[in-house]
Amino acid sequence: MSKVTEERNRRLLRVRDLMDRSYADALDVPTLAGLACVSESHFIRTFRAVFGETPHRYLQRRRVERAIWLLRTTDRSVTDICVEVGFTSLGTFSRVFHEIVGESPTAHRRRGSVGPVPSCFAHAWLRPASTAISEKRASVSQH
Amino acid sequence: MMKRLNISGIYVLDQDEALDFYVGKLGLEVDTDLDLGFMRWLTVCVPGDPDHKILLERPGPPAMSEETAEQVREMVSKGAAGGHLFFAVDDAHATYAELRTRGVELTEEPTEQAYGIDFGLRDPFGNHVRVAQLKQG
Repeated sequence: MSKVTEERNRRLLRVRDLMDRSYADALDVPTLAGLACVSESHFIRTFRAVFGETPHRYLQRRRVERAIWLLRTTDRSVTDICVEVGFTSLGTFSRVFHEIVGESPTAHRRRGSVGPVPSCFAHAWLRPASTAISEKRASVSQH
Repeated sequence: MMKRLNISGIYVLDQDEALDFYVGKLGLEVDTDLDLGFMRWLTVCVPGDPDHKILLERPGPPAMSEETAEQVREMVSKGAAGGHLFFAVDDAHATYAELRTRGVELTEEPTEQAYGIDFGLRDPFGNHVRVAQLKQG
């Protein structure tokens, strides 16, 4: 039982690593489920059981986290950043960002730059918490 | 008072597999590999840097209950056990290329940061490893 769980976790962690790496690509659930060699519904269910949220939600938070980073470490435009992190519409980006962070990208930018810590830690800790919005609301904002 | 950090440890799920990875792929060397009977004391270090050892510990009974060990193993495999290792190199791009040819699971490409160039990888269990070419000074 335990060995099976460990192997399942590692397989899903590999898929999550891929989402972390290729967040700006058009990653949809069927593609990710294919990579995990499981059915779509099984993939969503097990991912949520292991990491506490759906793959779609995780990817949204990853993209918003990258947007936060770019907003706070560069002077690139919000539109540029929206495209850079994998959103195809500025409207969707602004709405999802506001839902997850609780303020607009422009308002968030005013919080200023990030201190000198390893970027992997800044990324992980700047990522908006999963509990910020409910899964139900997140699923409404699928795009 | 404390003089230096000598050994720090991470959890691994299999010590032989850990050796294959940390020594065989990352190029560390074994510092101590001692079968004490009740445990296998296994430390590795960067060649030439024996003052910073990494203890590769397998979670399990009797040090912890089977139930707790199972939870720890599960956390490791979710990448959530908090095992982090940070290594310094002279050339991040060259190291990345070398590790890729060795089949290491790379999680982030070399990226320019304020403090240098770094990239990420995972060990076979889920622990998080970072490799950085740090700026001088």
